Amino acid sequence: MNKTITAEAQIASNIVSAKISARKVNVFYGDTHAIKDVSIEILDRSVTAFIGPSGCGKSTFLRCLNRMNDTIDICRVEGTIELDGHDIYDASVDPVQLRARVGMVFQKPNPFPKSIYDNIAYGPKIHGLAQSKADLDGIVESALRRAALWEEVKDRLAAPGTGLSGGQQQRLCIARAIATAPEVLLMDEPCSALDPIATAQVEELIDELRKSYSVVIVTHSMQQAARVSQKTAFFHLGLMLEYDDTSKIFTNPDHEKTQAYITGRFG
Amino acid sequence: MIGYLFLVLLLAAAVGYVMNRATARAAIAGGSARFHSLAGFHGAYALLLTGLPAVLFVLLWLLLQGSVIDSIVIGSLPETEMAGLDAGRLSLIEAEIKSIARGNIFGTPEPWKLEAAERYNSLRSIASVALWVATLAIAAVGLYVARSRISPEFRARHRVEAITTWLMIACSVLAIFVTFGIVASLIYESIRFFDKVPITEFLFGLNWEPQIALREDQVAGAGAFGWVPVFLGTIVITTVALVVAVPIGLLSAIYLNEFASSRIRSISKPILEVLAGVPTVVYGFFAILVVAPAIRSAGAALGIDVAPNTALAAGGVMGIMLIPFISSFTDDALSAVPRALRDGSLALGATRGETVRKILFPAAIPGIVGGVLLAVSRAIGETMIVVMAAGLIATLTVNPLDSVTTVTVQIVTLLIGDSEFDNPKTLAAFALGLMLFIVTLALNLIALRFVRKYRELYD
Amino acid sequence: MTDLASSAPQRIDWSDAELRKRLARRHSGDKWLKFAGIAALAISFSMLGILVLSLVSNGFAAFTQTHLKLEFEISADRVSAEDPAAGNYRAIVRDAMLGLFPEVTSRADQREIANIPSNGAQYILRDRVVADPALIGTRVTLSVPVSDPYDQLAKGLVDRKTPEANRRVNDQEIAWFDRLEEKGLVSKPLNTGLITNADSRFPELAGLRGAILGSFYALLVCFLISFPVGIAAAIYLEEFAPKNKLTDTVEININNLAAVPSVVFGLLALAVFIGWFGLPRSAPLVGGMTLALMTLPTIIIATRAAVKAVPPSIREAALGIGASKHQVVFGHVLPLAMPGILTGTIIGLAQALGETAPLLLIGMNAFITQAPGGILDSSTALPTQIFIWADSPERGFVSRTSAAICVLLVFLILMNALAVVLRKRFERRW
Repeated sequence: MNKTITAEAQIASNIVSAKISARKVNVFYGDTHAIKDVSIEILDRSVTAFIGPSGCGKSTFLRCLNRMNDTIDICRVEGTIELDGHDIYDASVDPVQLRARVGMVFQKPNPFPKSIYDNIAYGPKIHGLAQSKADLDGIVESALRRAALWEEVKDRLAAPGTGLSGGQQQRLCIARAIATAPEVLLMDEPCSALDPIATAQVEELIDELRKSYSVVIVTHSMQQAARVSQKTAFFHLGLMLEYDDTSKIFTNPDHEKTQAYITGRFG
Repeated sequence: MIGYLFLVLLLAAAVGYVMNRATARAAIAGGSARFHSLAGFHGAYALLLTGLPAVLFVLLWLLLQGSVIDSIVIGSLPETEMAGLDAGRLSLIEAEIKSIARGNIFGTPEPWKLEAAERYNSLRSIASVALWVATLAIAAVGLYVARSRISPEFRARHRVEAITTWLMIACSVLAIFVTFGIVASLIYESIRFFDKVPITEFLFGLNWEPQIALREDQVAGAGAFGWVPVFLGTIVITTVALVVAVPIGLLSAIYLNEFASSRIRSISKPILEVLAGVPTVVYGFFAILVVAPAIRSAGAALGIDVAPNTALAAGGVMGIMLIPFISSFTDDALSAVPRALRDGSLALGATRGETVRKILFPAAIPGIVGGVLLAVSRAIGETMIVVMAAGLIATLTVNPLDSVTTVTVQIVTLLIGDSEFDNPKTLAAFALGLMLFIVTLALNLIALRFVRKYRELYD
Repeated sequence: MTDLASSAPQRIDWSDAELRKRLARRHSGDKWLKFAGIAALAISFSMLGILVLSLVSNGFAAFTQTHLKLEFEISADRVSAEDPAAGNYRAIVRDAMLGLFPEVTSRADQREIANIPSNGAQYILRDRVVADPALIGTRVTLSVPVSDPYDQLAKGLVDRKTPEANRRVNDQEIAWFDRLEEKGLVSKPLNTGLITNADSRFPELAGLRGAILGSFYALLVCFLISFPVGIAAAIYLEEFAPKNKLTDTVEININNLAAVPSVVFGLLALAVFIGWFGLPRSAPLVGGMTLALMTLPTIIIATRAAVKAVPPSIREAALGIGASKHQVVFGHVLPLAMPGILTGTIIGLAQALGETAPLLLIGMNAFITQAPGGILDSSTALPTQIFIWADSPERGFVSRTSAAICVLLVFLILMNALAVVLRKRFERRW
């Protein structure tokens, strides 16, 4: 119980407006209790990193934020998660629309087997965000520019997205998520399948994106969390043990488990 | 009789095994020298050497015995009686002689026939004795050779393994022989057919009336062998079947894959498999018992004239048969699309349906097309449903309400109860079979290529 | 990064009426797709339901057989003690029937009455007397099947309200039969003849004994050929074959064979087994050989899958202690793969049991009133018997056909259940 109180105290002390606030979230996979009583406030226009050993529930919790867990039959979510003060698990909320507002990028780049253009245009098209072809062209270009991919692909928009290099594919997926004009971007270990150079590019991009979006990133790499995030949450065995400014977590964590983890004593 | 021969051979082989093993064992126990192979392998060597050549000999003998005796008997018939007889008369005489030989004498056959029958019987008994003697001799030689080979240096294990390897190779190559047999027999009989009916008439003729006179005094048409109307009928029924099977199969696979709970999935899939396991003769009966009358009364209620064996009934029931086929192929193809693509689409706010239509389905198309092509090949080759529920008369029509006939129906009707290998009616069935084989083979090869390509895409 | 990237992206007003309407439309599109899927599944299931229901409801009638209990006078002038088989049993049956209707005098009516018991009643009586000649000169009470029209009448399959001209039994005949029923002579016992009799022209006597035995012999031959050959071929291809052109050809060949139409195998059998090698027509031997060629690909594919499923660690362990490749494969891999191979074989045999077309071409659709005694005797098989009966015009054969199908389906269900049990029982997790 002690840990939860600490977390809530931290939330109360935050003055900056919270984009997402989760309270007492519990997630069950069938009989397994995957997330236990997690409460967190995620800030707008900043990068929040979830770290912790594998199987600690950080990805599961991330997938609660855009209700991707709904797609798994046996998964059950309890507690409240609010986006701009509205409960996203409320019956009136359409998960389809929610996912346009809360974009997601996955561990492995997963471009559709379509052209680069169609990959980006997919979201805007299904949501009806473009009134005309010119409109759509504009959306595609701006999304690719934001993802810092425009210069590399502008001459071959009709080429298949699967033909790009790994790093380019991941930036394409980021651009694809940006194209539906989300407010929050969830990234589930976006660099784990990339080489160091591509990782650096994506990390740079994440830093840029922070200016316009609230970014939540799950990562295995503590260096990455330290490099890109402003806030860091440490998960362990389904509990969120600690949530604070990244600099604090990495220099002077409150919790001994956090200390042990960041110094590499388990993980 | 032959059963006993095999039994004796089995026994001989077993005896060879036991004897050789015992000898080898004793020698090893005697410890005079170190044996290369275990006693069991010496036994197995004797078993193979005793049994294998003898069994192969018996099989070869049995395959050839019938035709050799026949030709000896026919060859020894008096020249005077044989002069100017065509093949049909000859085979009738042959059948009569055999029937006399079995003791079924009708009327008073000519003395030379009785004589031939007697010769036939004596040849058969001589052959039977010869077979026994020769087989046992071969087995004995095998056993002797195996016994004489027992020695410390003899590599029995290597020999046994080499023999089994060759046996296995022979079994694998059998598949090629079957294909070769199919192709050879179809082509051989077809060439004989094209001797009597020009190939151009067969391929491009618009008339199919195979009911020609077998004897001069029969009243029948002149006979026409143009396969176009028969093939057209096949296509009509196949189309009806696909119109039923493809949408239903696709939609149920999509539902099961994307919308259904795992409980519904686990119940529904076996039920669909049951549909695939029902023998086609049962579907055929279902078509004539239930579906055809239902279509006819529905047609009557609407004031439409429906033929008694309309292509709709046969095609529709065939469609039902193909539903599980299409749905399982679609299911496999959809499941093979990586989960990441599905998640990617859903995470962008696409609904389940949009994800299926715009991402999964296009990605799965090659696999689905492969499945549909295999289904087409199945439908074209399907026999019992159409034999029972489709028509016999070849009409040049594409109206599914009419009665049409198919390639397989014609093959079966041409061959049922008639085994003369020398009239165009029988041979026509082989020509149709050849066309059927070519068409389905082409479809299968294309389909397999589609499926394989698709697998490579996501593996 | 470019300027554009750092400028604030446009925000979308999701409460916009246009977007909301679009969302509703998208969801209804989803519902339709889901609904169409359910409908498609429902159609498949209801078709299966109708199929089973129509077969069972039609076949139900054939599971019982109407019998008539008659007292036969085996007088010595009709049957001589020296040769009881040659007696005039037809007249005895006729007398027994007419004795029940003493008032009927017209010859035509008498003939009709004599037709109430099955035509085969005389043979049943004959067999009885031949078995026990002491019966000659006595009176024997025996239950014999009634002929098909009366069987239908007794089972309520003849609607008495339809105009007389459209019925197979007229009012007079119905009246006679009703009198027999009043006297308590009519019974409807379980139709064991369906399984124990061979085929017959008369539906009330026709049974499946010959067909079941024929199918059994054919499957036996099929198993004896395809099982060893299939396993040997699969093991060679999976464990020993070098990766070369020949192996590829063999593999493509096997896959193609699995998709060749069954009727083509019939043509092959007719041309090669019967035409060239001169094996007997209609024999289960030829049927079994043909089915073996068709089952071979199934067994090969199942065996390869089962062999592949044996983990390499077991192979390596055995090779490691100095066993030869052959010893490893035959001593370890094959026994471990056996359950999977057996499952695949049973499924292949079940398919072969339902095959009809190739058997038609080799003449296993002959009319044979004797059960086969071996693999060389002429015989039918279950599916071809169904085909023959379905083709027969007599009304009574409709229910017989359905009943025969039920018997075939029971065999298929049993075989598949056995396969499932085998799979469940021996399923290994490595």
